[in-house]
Amino acid sequence: MSEKKLAKAGSKNSEHEYAGGLAVIAPDAVKDPGLEPHRTRMTDKSVKHEKAAARQVAALFLASIVGSAFAIYAYFAFPLTEELGTVRNNTLLLGLGITLGLLGIGIGAVHWAKTLMPDAEVSEERHQTRGSEEVRARAIEIIKLADSESGFSRRKLIRRSLYGALALFPLPAIMIFGDLGPNPGNTLRHTMWKKGTRLTTDPTGTPIKASDVTLGSVFHVIPEGLSELEHGKLEEKAKAAVLLVRLDPKDLKESAERKDWSYDGIVAYSKICTHVGCPVALYEQQTHHLLCPCHQSTFDVTDACKVIFGPASRPLPQLPIAVDAEGYLIAQSDFTEPVGPSFWER
Amino acid sequence: MAFKKNRRSPLAAIIVMAAGLALTGGGYAAATAAVDAVKPVSAAYTAEQVTEGKKLFLANCASCHGKNAEGTKAAPSLIGVGAAAVEFQVDSGRMPGQASGPQLQVKKKQFTDEQVDALVAYASTLGDGPAVPTEEMIAANGNATRGGELFRINCAMCHNAVGAGGALTEGKYAPALKGVPADHIYEAMLTGPQNMPVFNDANLTPQDKKDIITYLKFVEENPSAGGYELANLGPVVEGLFTWVFILGFIIAITIWLGAKSN
Repeated sequence: MSEKKLAKAGSKNSEHEYAGGLAVIAPDAVKDPGLEPHRTRMTDKSVKHEKAAARQVAALFLASIVGSAFAIYAYFAFPLTEELGTVRNNTLLLGLGITLGLLGIGIGAVHWAKTLMPDAEVSEERHQTRGSEEVRARAIEIIKLADSESGFSRRKLIRRSLYGALALFPLPAIMIFGDLGPNPGNTLRHTMWKKGTRLTTDPTGTPIKASDVTLGSVFHVIPEGLSELEHGKLEEKAKAAVLLVRLDPKDLKESAERKDWSYDGIVAYSKICTHVGCPVALYEQQTHHLLCPCHQSTFDVTDACKVIFGPASRPLPQLPIAVDAEGYLIAQSDFTEPVGPSFWER
Repeated sequence: MAFKKNRRSPLAAIIVMAAGLALTGGGYAAATAAVDAVKPVSAAYTAEQVTEGKKLFLANCASCHGKNAEGTKAAPSLIGVGAAAVEFQVDSGRMPGQASGPQLQVKKKQFTDEQVDALVAYASTLGDGPAVPTEEMIAANGNATRGGELFRINCAMCHNAVGAGGALTEGKYAPALKGVPADHIYEAMLTGPQNMPVFNDANLTPQDKKDIITYLKFVEENPSAGGYELANLGPVVEGLFTWVFILGFIIAITIWLGAKSN
């Protein structure tokens, strides 16, 4: 079947003739249902209903007036004071007033339009997007004229230099990205921990004795001296935070090279999740599971904090610890691998 | 800082050693006195309470914990767990346990206050363990701001920033802390019931614990300034509320806008 025939077959079903376009109208196309029959509204049938509708619209507008007035009243009657609880009353009542003020106008206007304004159905047909032959010919004529007058096709030097200028123009904007911040350098690979740094409690900075860490205890640990830092305290804390747990040494599965990283069942692990860096601190003392609250990555403290569930891909880095002459827990070194989430160079 | 420097100086070490040697003679007496100081409360229990407690223990607990509280395959030994642990478990209604599962449930208390005291008295005779805190130790008159900071660092990851509770692994959960009596909060920190870690007095000092209790009681008594809390469970619940109610309202308005008037 040729395209013309198809268009003809389609046009039989539709009310309007379409000049040839690219659309193919199938012969069994769904019939245009047209407009549904007009239904007379109650407000057109009886004066009583019309008056009632008018009263409803006016009532909605009046409700809006009341709402706005109430909002102004509430602002003064429930002022914000030093007491935090006053925020709630102020916000709630002011908000309710403004809501009523706005909804009254909106619902009133729509109700007015639906019940009282003329409801004769009108259909507006879409017209074709393709211009007439004359319009198209005229457009081509204009383009050709502009080309000959400007000499865009003729003057190769101008045209090519313009292309060059346009191609280079965005480059400086890309250069500016370099100013977004200093390169991280090796800051992602190192933390405040170094040989001999004492483990202290967060936030008081009290040094922790090995004997204080009883079985089943969990300590939230920061390196000694972190609280005294003048710059970058939070940045350092975000990398150096450690969780300290004491397990029965029988329960610990330690590899040969990490045998001396723990002290009498006390192990220290980075608190920063290797998935996206949330603080992993939900320690269950009977199962020895360490759970990250953000995405439920679960680490096994007995087995080098290996991932046993969830999206994290690497175990939590372990901080090698020892005890100094006074019995306080100290770090043997920095973490031996970068803490926290993966980044592209590791 | 001055304090720390002193402690590290070699002279201080010598003084400490000298003092240690001087104390050796009276060491035994000192140690005995120290033990007495640890559990002043246990002295308050009468012999009748202990006897009554032992009877209750044999009738209600011994089938799992053993006749001498030595523990069986079904339940741990209670020797050395302390009066605090027993009061927490029994007074909160967790023990005697009803059914095995991921976690012991809080249920209606199984004993009268007198019976709980008797059990606690009996438990205090089972070796050394943390004693029940005194009224002063749990009074909510500490520093709520400091308590809030300590709570956020040590407790909030499981119990939620305002103590609304939260989920743990494999069906376990950290319970909500609203309405939990101050002595139970103190005892839970001290003894680490079930999967909760222990926060001994070296980790959170009695003053720290008091501040945490003060913070929790402050949060309980001062409702959220932001309006209805939706159980304080955070963005998931708030998002659900918005989806169901606010979007539902918008859909209803849209349908009304498109409908013809009668």
